[in-house]
Amino acid sequence: MASLKELKGRINSVKSTQKITKAKQMVAAAKLRKAQAAAEAARPYASRLAEVMASLASKITVSENSPKLLAGTGSDQVHLLVVANSDKGLAGAFNSNIVKAALTTARELEAAGKTVLFFLVGKKGRAVIRRNYPKAVLQMFDTTDVREPGYAEAERIADELVTLYEQGKFDVAHLFFSTFRNALTQEPTQQQIIPVPAPKAVVADTGAVVEYEPDEEEILAALLPRYLRTQLFGALLENNASEQGASMTAMDNATRNAGELINALTIQYNRSRQAAITTELIEIIAGAEAL
Amino acid sequence: MALHFELVTPARLVRSDDVHMVVVPGSEGEFGVLEGHAPFMSTIRDGALKVYKTDGGQPEEIRITGGFAEVGASGLTVLAEHVEG
Repeated sequence: MASLKELKGRINSVKSTQKITKAKQMVAAAKLRKAQAAAEAARPYASRLAEVMASLASKITVSENSPKLLAGTGSDQVHLLVVANSDKGLAGAFNSNIVKAALTTARELEAAGKTVLFFLVGKKGRAVIRRNYPKAVLQMFDTTDVREPGYAEAERIADELVTLYEQGKFDVAHLFFSTFRNALTQEPTQQQIIPVPAPKAVVADTGAVVEYEPDEEEILAALLPRYLRTQLFGALLENNASEQGASMTAMDNATRNAGELINALTIQYNRSRQAAITTELIEIIAGAEAL
Repeated sequence: MALHFELVTPARLVRSDDVHMVVVPGSEGEFGVLEGHAPFMSTIRDGALKVYKTDGGQPEEIRITGGFAEVGASGLTVLAEHVEG
C-alpha cells in the first residue's frame, strides 16, 4: 500500500500530464482547422494542373525522346522511397504507420531483387529507418525550421529529387504520406511520383482544337517538374492535416485516460486517509480503555 | 461580354472574376485574351499580367513567376507558382 504522500505525488504528476495533453489537444484542434483550409485551398491548382497534364499526355506518345521524368530511365532497379513524416510526436501512431507502410514496401522490393534507398522528410521516423536500413538512407530533408510545410518546401524537395534523378541515383520514386480522411482516420498512402504517372484523362474532349505555344512536348517538359512539386505540396498538406487530426484524437484519449487515473487515485487516497484516521481513533480509544 | 479570368497558385485561388481583357506574357510573345478566344495553351515567362477591367481602362498589373495559361470554353485560367502582391 502506497503511503499518503506518495499517492498525493502521483495524483499531482498525473494532473500536470493531463494539463499538457489537454493543451496539445486544443492546439491540434485549432491547427487542424487551418491545415484543412490550406488543403482545400490547394485543390483548384492541383486539379487544373492534373487536367492539363492529362490532356497533354493523351496527345503525345511516350518515346525515347520524351522527357526522362515521364518516360523513366528504362530500368527499375533502384527504388527511392520518399517518406514524409512530421517533426513532432504526440500524434499517436501517425508517424509509425507511415514508416511501417514504407518498410513493408521496402521489404517487398528487396524480395523482388531491387535496390531500396530512402529519402526522409521530417525528423520522426529517421531512427527506425536508419536502424532497419543503416546504409540505404540517401538523403534527409530537414523541416524543423519551418512551422508549416508550404510550397517553398515542396519546391526544394522536388528540386533535390530531380537532381538526384538526373544524377542517375535512382530509377523509380515512391512517396509515402498519410491521407487525411477525417480527424479519426488517416490512411498511410503510397504513390509513385517518378517517373510521373500520366494522369488519366477525366475530362471528355470538347472537340475543340487546342493550339499550343510552344508545342505539346515542350509544354509537357516545362510542366512535369511543376506537377511533381504540386504532388509533393499536396502530400505535405495532407500530412499536416493528418498529423493534427491524429494528434487531436491521441491527446483526447490521453486526457480522458488521465482523468480516469486521477479519479481512481483520488479514491485510493481518500480510502487510505480514512483508514489511517480509523486506526488512530482505535488506538486512542484502546489506550483510554486500558486506563 | 466578359472574359472569365482565374488566377490560381498552389496555395490558393488568387483571383476569379469577369474582366474585359488580359494581356499575358507568353513564352513566345505577349498575347491578349478577349472573350471567345480559341482554345489555347501556353507557358508564360516571368513577368506581369495586365488585367483590363474595362475597355480602354487602366490595366492592373500582377507579377507572376512560373506560369502557365490555358484558354478554354470557361475562360482564361492562369496557373502560377508565385504571385506578387
